[in-house]
Amino acid sequence: MLVLGIESSCDETGVALYHSERGLLAHRLHSQIAMHTEYGGVVPELASRDHIRRVLPLTESCLAEAGATLDELDAIAFTQGPGLAGALLVGASVANALGFALQKPVIGVHHLEGHLLSPLLAEPRPAFPFVALLVSGGHTQLMAVRGIGEYELLGETVDDAAGEAFDKSAKLLGLGYPGGPALSKLADQGDAKRFKLPRPMLHSGDLDFSFSGLKTAVLNLVQQQSPLDDTTRADICAAFQEAIVEVLTKKCLAALKQTGMQRLVIAGGVGANRQLRAGLDDAAARRRYQVFYPPLALCTDNGAMIAYAGAMRLKHARHDYSYGAKPRWPLDSLPVA
Amino acid sequence: MSVFDDTRKPYLPDEAATLALGAALAQAVRPGLVVFLEGDLGAGKTTLTRGMLRALGYAGRVKSPTYTLVEPYTLSNLYLYHFDLYRFHDPLEWEDAGFRDYFNPQSVCLIEWADKAEGLLPSPDLLIRLAPEGQGRRAEIVAATPLGTECLARLALN
Repeated sequence: MLVLGIESSCDETGVALYHSERGLLAHRLHSQIAMHTEYGGVVPELASRDHIRRVLPLTESCLAEAGATLDELDAIAFTQGPGLAGALLVGASVANALGFALQKPVIGVHHLEGHLLSPLLAEPRPAFPFVALLVSGGHTQLMAVRGIGEYELLGETVDDAAGEAFDKSAKLLGLGYPGGPALSKLADQGDAKRFKLPRPMLHSGDLDFSFSGLKTAVLNLVQQQSPLDDTTRADICAAFQEAIVEVLTKKCLAALKQTGMQRLVIAGGVGANRQLRAGLDDAAARRRYQVFYPPLALCTDNGAMIAYAGAMRLKHARHDYSYGAKPRWPLDSLPVA
Repeated sequence: MSVFDDTRKPYLPDEAATLALGAALAQAVRPGLVVFLEGDLGAGKTTLTRGMLRALGYAGRVKSPTYTLVEPYTLSNLYLYHFDLYRFHDPLEWEDAGFRDYFNPQSVCLIEWADKAEGLLPSPDLLIRLAPEGQGRRAEIVAATPLGTECLARLALN
């Protein structure tokens, strides 16, 4: 079965083709970075009309790469939510129009289910059940995943997401916005022991996170140390990254212990962070847990995870072509596939 | 009415005080109110909003809307929309996002980084600025319309 996946929940437009026997055949992403080059500067990053402009050329490009035609599609999957209503409606409209024109079934996919399942697109594939840490600019959640659609929320951030704390702290440190990756890079040159930053909710006894206070601690430190020299800036970056990595790692271990599960899956943009991967790998190896990561290219929002999740949910496909977006959509309300 | 009556400047020594100010505001706001929240990253804008929502009976998670741009809350007697326009590059994105529809007599709108959509937003009834002072924060609450002045008059500060 050949499934076209369309992701348009936020800033990125992603399109991909997944075949249930042959795997991922093509995927294309129009990221803000590419747009900056293309449009030479100011980018209306969330204008729905940009998704509209991008989605069909990306689809054509995917079909060309896979050597397939629209007629060969067996189903069309799109991100139905959660996300920005206007952006979501672009993917929903295109998917349903295509489905109607081709008389093929259409599947509305939950964005976070796409992220949760993205490590299944890589080898080795984790077997169910597993604990998933979904960590990105918009989300920080721990889930128990027992099968497709069998998700239990174990804990989540009560305020900022981890990626948001990275980006906002980078801004406070004068590294631009969004500067999470720049902060990580600078952290490699810093001394993490010079400053001690708080580990919010590390001993809260539950699996929730809080990163807003960490951002405030960075703000206070920046004011205290101002004006910042390069060494101090790098040292604050290192202390910040160490604090986030420690909290994420310890909560993951606590989730594995609480559920009795042996496998940990990391999904979302912050999952690309090198120190986080090193910290998790090290902690897991000592306790004989296995850790799985999606391919780096699939850590951010993308169409491949939507095509894949759609392929896993073909039986929920619809033929009535009536559609809507679900800007708010709890993940644990999904039916079992 | 003197200018003095239209401004309040409570000192907030810690996070609990910011939450308490939010709770006091919750009792003072009425549907239709537009509030601009000003202050740098980490000043406590989302914390203030959390205090307000808790006092209005919302028990769920209150997250910063930086990535989602708007977090909608349905409460017993009003709708509260918490906007964060930090990621806007161009005021026209306000129109593109369809946010104009959220401003109506049934809703209270809290807007962070309102300057990112300058000229397109309705003018605020209330301006709340949070700035670091000592170990805590200084809040400055300014009423900019008769609706804002009424709200400020109802605001019970300790």
